[in-house]
Amino acid sequence: MLNQQAKLNPKIFDADVEMVPIRNGYGEGLVIAALADRQVVALCADLTESTRTEGFAKKYPERFIEIGVAEQNLATVGSGMAAMGKIPFITSYAMFSPGRNWEQIRTTICYNNRPVKIAGSHAGISVGPDGGTHQAIEDIAISRVIPNMVVISPCDAIEAKKVTIEAAQNGKPTYIRLVREKTPIMTTEETPFEIGKSQVFWDGEGAEIGIIATGALLHKALVSAKELNEEGIKVKVMNLATIKPLDEEGIAEFAKSVKGIVTVEEHQIRGGMGSAVAECLAKHEPKRIEFIGVDDKFGQSGKPDELIEHYGMGVGHIKEAVRKIL
Amino acid sequence: MFDLTQEKIKEFATVANEIRQTIIEALVEAGSGHTAGPLGMADIFTALFFHILKQDPKNPAWPERDRLVLSNGHICPVLYATMAHAGYLSVDEYKKTLRKFGSKFQGHPHREFLPALETSSGPLGSGLSQAVGMALADRIDNGKSSSRFIYCLMSDGELDAGNSWEGAMLAGKEKLQNLIAIIDRNNIQIDGFTENIMPLEPLRAKWEAWNWHVLEIDGHNFEEIVGAVNQAKAIFEKPSVIIAHTIPGKGVAEFERKYEWHGKPPKKEEAEMALKELRTLGGKIKSEHE
Repeated sequence: MLNQQAKLNPKIFDADVEMVPIRNGYGEGLVIAALADRQVVALCADLTESTRTEGFAKKYPERFIEIGVAEQNLATVGSGMAAMGKIPFITSYAMFSPGRNWEQIRTTICYNNRPVKIAGSHAGISVGPDGGTHQAIEDIAISRVIPNMVVISPCDAIEAKKVTIEAAQNGKPTYIRLVREKTPIMTTEETPFEIGKSQVFWDGEGAEIGIIATGALLHKALVSAKELNEEGIKVKVMNLATIKPLDEEGIAEFAKSVKGIVTVEEHQIRGGMGSAVAECLAKHEPKRIEFIGVDDKFGQSGKPDELIEHYGMGVGHIKEAVRKIL
Repeated sequence: MFDLTQEKIKEFATVANEIRQTIIEALVEAGSGHTAGPLGMADIFTALFFHILKQDPKNPAWPERDRLVLSNGHICPVLYATMAHAGYLSVDEYKKTLRKFGSKFQGHPHREFLPALETSSGPLGSGLSQAVGMALADRIDNGKSSSRFIYCLMSDGELDAGNSWEGAMLAGKEKLQNLIAIIDRNNIQIDGFTENIMPLEPLRAKWEAWNWHVLEIDGHNFEEIVGAVNQAKAIFEKPSVIIAHTIPGKGVAEFERKYEWHGKPPKKEEAEMALKELRTLGGKIKSEHE
């Protein structure tokens, strides 16, 4: 059943659950972070409206820098501003930032340990019709491998808002992964959130399998848990928003009492959140793991749900992975 | 028009010569590293650290200081040597530990090891944009009347990298009057002469096209270096770039103008020859002790 402590949206399983793009939460959080700290600045690479940086740009034009289609410049100018004490949020699509500008992020932001916040919108395969060139499904891998970097993939717009507000003050280079499509609201303003802490959202007593999900697919993991419960299979579900630093203690504790783990992410299986969980469990609590994600393929055009199903990340796939371990 | 006396110029020449010697000594001890660029830029670094920069070597984190970004990190032997001679660091420690394990003086600058640096660098083409970011931040805080200047030192070879031009375009758009870029126009890069590898000319016209104020100087003439920076500071509606024509390997005849000296250190006997040449000012004085 849903963990009562997490104070989740009571409509989470309803057909009319609120649907909001995760990037909207970023946009709202950015304005709140800017109000709280005048050092917050935002830079954008010609995607101000679609990355939801628009609200900030209108409210704080003197703190907003339009970079144009130049993501390498986006990262390096951000680094320079951070060197002068600013807290820059640099925004583009995840494919281009941290995709195209990876080396600039590594050297000028992370190697220098500058508190630049990299907001990568339109991440995942659910960007849909734009096709494979615009579907960032390698971004968790390439960002979590860089020393000093914090990597966060919020599950809904409300969590994205909390992530943005907290990231502004964490003093570290931070990648925030955002999604374009409307996705279900699972959390509430009251749901506790802390960077670096995992949370159990579905707590099945005597659970045999643990599901660990990140990002919007968490909703499919929760639906899977509910359906499996009705079928007599007990599982529990963790929301793993912070992929780095990884909550190793929480994950090991979560895995202790179960037969195996299923990881769920809208990302390549290789190098993503599931890999991070596997690295952790191999060390602390070895378990069989099934990985739900994109299996070494590029995406293509299609409707978001159509693509999620085609590439093996639907509710059916999650339930099948659970049964495989049982 | 220049605030430089002949006495000052002589003093700078002596300092630059000492810096060149320190570079040679450090490189031969390191056994790897770049020779031509550091020797070629010794005069400009001397002018910056001994005259131009608003700085306090005893308090490197002084908030009011000017900022200096070294974009082409591989010429760090001259940055380290100049900072050491200026009083930021120990000359002796530098000579003994350049490029060695645990050293402050990493093969390419890393500010985690040397916090007095404004940034880490090495991968080319990213320094100008960082300087642009600093200039933008300074403008947000202090407006257009800010008395702080952000200097970016770049190589000509790194202008092959697109990131450099992205930074140039933004600086022109934002009319960053507090930004002064200095290009080491020494005409060499690793594979050969710049105009053979990837032609940059007409270089002045490129910068003018991005709405920069362009100055061209002899990068070994202290009056011209200081004069150009003074002029750049007086330009109010544009960022300025100083194209400094330099001789790679300057000061040691054997190393001068040869791209082969871009990325290797002198061997022991070559270093002895170079040091002798520097100490006798190319034979102008007879003995090292005169």
